[in-house]
Amino acid sequence: VVVVSNSLGFPLLTVLVLVPAGGALALGLLPRANRVLIEFVGLATSLATLGLAIAASVLLHVAPGYQFVSSHAYASALGIRWEVGVDGISIFLVLLSAVLFPIVMAGARTRQNPRAFVAWMLLLEAACIGSFISLDLILFFLFFELTLVPSYFIIAGWGFSQRAYAALKFFLYTFLGSAFLLVGILVVAFIHQSQTGVLTFSLPALEHTHFSSTTEILLFLSFTAAFAVKAPLFPFHTWSPDAYGQAPTGGSMVLAGVLAKLGTYGIVRFDLNLFPQASKDLAPLLLTLAVIGILYGAIVACAQRDMKRLMAYSSMAQIGFIVLGTFAFTSQGLTGGILLMVNHGLITAALFLLIGWIYERRKSVLVTELRGLQGPAPILAALFTVAMMASIGLPGLNGFVSEFLILSGTFVIHRWWAVVATAGVILAALYLLWAYQQVFHGKAGEVDAKTPDLGWAERLVIAPLIILIVLLGVYPKPVLDRITPSVNQLVAHVDAATNSVQPVVSRPLAQGGAR
Amino acid sequence: MNLALVALPVTQNIATPSIRYLAILPEIIMLGGAALLLAIASVVPQQLRARVTTLLTLAVSGSAVGFALWQWFDVQDHGAYLALDHAVVIDGFSALVAILVPCAMFLTALVSDGYMQREGIGGPEFHALALVSASGAMIMGQANDLILVFLGLEILSIALYVLAAYNHRRAASGEAALKYFILGGFSSAIFIYGVALTYGATGSTNLIQIADFLSKNVVTSDGLLLAGLSLLLVGLAFKVAAVPFHMWTPDVYQGSPSPVVGFMAAIAKIGGFAALLRIFISSLSVLGADWRPIVYVIAIATMLVGAVLALVQRDVKRMLAYSSINTAGFILLGLQSATAKGVSAGLYYLFTYTFMVIGTFAIVTVLGGPGDANHEISSYRGLARRQPVLALCLALLLLAQAGAPFTTGFLAKFEVVAAAVDAHSIPLAVIAMVSAAIAAFFYLRVAVLMYTPTRANPTSESAEIGDAMVLGQRSSVAVARTDFSPSSPPEMVRGPQRGPVPVWSGTERGTMVTERLNTEVLLNEPEAGEADVEEPARIAVPGATVLAIALCLGITIVFGVFPAPLVDLAHKATLLFVP
Repeated sequence: VVVVSNSLGFPLLTVLVLVPAGGALALGLLPRANRVLIEFVGLATSLATLGLAIAASVLLHVAPGYQFVSSHAYASALGIRWEVGVDGISIFLVLLSAVLFPIVMAGARTRQNPRAFVAWMLLLEAACIGSFISLDLILFFLFFELTLVPSYFIIAGWGFSQRAYAALKFFLYTFLGSAFLLVGILVVAFIHQSQTGVLTFSLPALEHTHFSSTTEILLFLSFTAAFAVKAPLFPFHTWSPDAYGQAPTGGSMVLAGVLAKLGTYGIVRFDLNLFPQASKDLAPLLLTLAVIGILYGAIVACAQRDMKRLMAYSSMAQIGFIVLGTFAFTSQGLTGGILLMVNHGLITAALFLLIGWIYERRKSVLVTELRGLQGPAPILAALFTVAMMASIGLPGLNGFVSEFLILSGTFVIHRWWAVVATAGVILAALYLLWAYQQVFHGKAGEVDAKTPDLGWAERLVIAPLIILIVLLGVYPKPVLDRITPSVNQLVAHVDAATNSVQPVVSRPLAQGGAR
Repeated sequence: MNLALVALPVTQNIATPSIRYLAILPEIIMLGGAALLLAIASVVPQQLRARVTTLLTLAVSGSAVGFALWQWFDVQDHGAYLALDHAVVIDGFSALVAILVPCAMFLTALVSDGYMQREGIGGPEFHALALVSASGAMIMGQANDLILVFLGLEILSIALYVLAAYNHRRAASGEAALKYFILGGFSSAIFIYGVALTYGATGSTNLIQIADFLSKNVVTSDGLLLAGLSLLLVGLAFKVAAVPFHMWTPDVYQGSPSPVVGFMAAIAKIGGFAALLRIFISSLSVLGADWRPIVYVIAIATMLVGAVLALVQRDVKRMLAYSSINTAGFILLGLQSATAKGVSAGLYYLFTYTFMVIGTFAIVTVLGGPGDANHEISSYRGLARRQPVLALCLALLLLAQAGAPFTTGFLAKFEVVAAAVDAHSIPLAVIAMVSAAIAAFFYLRVAVLMYTPTRANPTSESAEIGDAMVLGQRSSVAVARTDFSPSSPPEMVRGPQRGPVPVWSGTERGTMVTERLNTEVLLNEPEAGEADVEEPARIAVPGATVLAIALCLGITIVFGVFPAPLVDLAHKATLLFVP
């Protein structure tokens, strides 16, 4: 992979990690009682991070390859380097994290020990961004593991009644998954060392390692184990309804919005780059799991009474779409998958935030206990509708663009998987509309009728999400333009390694981008 | 004595080796320091005695560290050398051990100062015994002869037996010491028998000569050799608490005085593993095909047993005992790989573990309270509210032991797992990571418990809970008692129906009762004792202990974030490995 020389002479990406991490440390020095100051520092730090992330995405050249690369010796005796860089794929995930965290800070506050909560959140932001920009496999693993600690504490400290159980399950599942990842990374590095004599964990260097086909498949499975649990991909999803359901609002937003993307991003970045042949060979398996996930998630979501659990299953279905697009190995499918990572992050965060606000008002997220909220809370209902429609895939909103790209990108190669997956779109409409009907339609009961609507501050907090949902639905071109070169390069890398060619139908996009 | 005098003329023609005192100066400092300590303490007035002995111990161990550092740089510049008729080897490995052990001694002296004042069990003997014990571990690090390894092992152990019994006011302390003594005695006997058999098979106890013999000869009937080898392994496996020779660990850790446990965990592991690594990797490496599978199995058993049994403990010290067993398993990965990478990984692990475990036990000592008895895990509940700084330190040290990223604990685990992968023991590496996951859970469990609020105070909080539950059900009523605190978010203070307090506090408190039940069942927490009824008092931390904790934590975090210096140190220690 070519490294584009877009270095600013300023370690932008390193600073991007250090700002939230420094904010988390600084919070430790603030008085714990001064809630306003704590929340201000949290918000200001995350907004500063957002500013840097926006600067990075503006300065990013529309070109393939890693940019803003900075590489320093970290633990040279072990071959670990501080090597960070972004391309058209990771920049949007960085941006997504940077957008979601300020919204969490502003919209999902807590009264119970806010200093610790905000500090954990900032640390989590640093870890998430760090994972997305790492080009060194061990550095990635460090950040990938680091996300576990704050998320565990956030679920266990501020969650709902079953939080201890949920936090434990979340932790054990994800940690067990990453056990295989670390061993896999080491095997890759040592095989590379035996071939070249250089011990390195740098992704661009390791891409040229040759594996025997069995080794490659085993390595692919060991990497994918970690990513599939994190995503979560069927059948490694059982932690997610508990974790998403029991986490506090901010925790659910980040878990589903950003952390889940670590899994899918890991598949795109590491599996496809390092093990193209195995990825291609095992694609039918992954595609099947993705389609099962889409259908299973949608069907189980239909049976949920708890809106947060419903969202967890719905997320699982959406993750299925992302994986479907990824393993189609067409530039359309992959572009759609990456776009859906961003879109799903925005949509889920908006929905979890709205559900959190409903909970604040009504102490319940059970669809059976809520009724007719549309009357007393029209703005809440309207915003919920927009986010929900985006999740269903209504044209004009962002969900449609990505789902369309995924399905058309998959259809040209793996026709029947795409056909079955389409059923998931219909089911999504079913469970979401049904839940919406239960909660917002009907005659409001006595308590329901007194539900307060969103305040101005709350509207302001959620506005960026809604605006982005609409904007990316109407005009996704700036995003697609930046994703496409990197995706084309990745698809070309996979094709070159596996001696395959793109189907004729998907060529125009591969060559010209979404013009 | 008389016999010796009579025998003297006869044996005069035996050549006595020339002694290079500089080579063994760190040990001499420690042993001489112990003697000096006893002498000075006997002339110092009673009221100054505790201070003086502690300061003297700090000075002694500090100068031992200083000299060991000189030795380290000397070896770097002029290479490794043998001394005392090839019984002692001075290389990077032994110099590193000689640096590390006095460091552990230094920190323990700081911690035990506060402990002995609290318990009222002063006396210079504690420090003197600890210094002697430390010198034993240092001897094991530089021994190049099985006899000398045994000598070091005995010096280390016998002093530790006494230290375990040091708190004579607690029956548990004596019981722990007795258990430790009996089982330790067995293991020493097994070890020395292993030495005898190895001598019988190879004709030497010198490690270099054994290696030399094994590389030049093919032992056709190797029963004697293999028996010797396995007895050596068993003897040392006892010391480092490897499964199935770990039975003494939980009892001894639970009963011994807390500062002693931290010290014991650190230096018994350093001594034991230094001997294991040197004997097996340098001397018996030819027989790797024989002993590596055994170590493979022991490592798996040690990691899993340690991790799994720690989950069900209710006593912090027992839990940490199983955690130290788990750690032993990880260091065994380094041994199992039988490569230079494995040695350096093992050394790095020992180096970082020493600071983590002494720091952890320093905090456990403080929290044990008068009588050193308050070690129920449940008593850690709500610690963060009472003592936020101490709780944060303990949480960080536990996370480091769990292998959290950006602490030395992560790199330690990373290095041993890397060594295992490099030696093609991939299943072992995977099992190690799985056990790390299990282990991480019990460390986190304590960490979360510290940040969980204490049980309801019957006077104030339960009333609030009652209110809050009503609030939760009928939010409209709740609005009436809303207090609009000035810090409330603006959008929520809009009207009587948007009160922020019921919205929030109703939730959190309303669910508290069920949450507690669940937490208890799922986390296997012990039922609340009467200790929980009243909030435990804030414990003052002695200044010396603060310094010890700060040093341990500082090293763990600083070298976790900037790993290069320490990693390089461990690597250099291996490069100079002799032969």
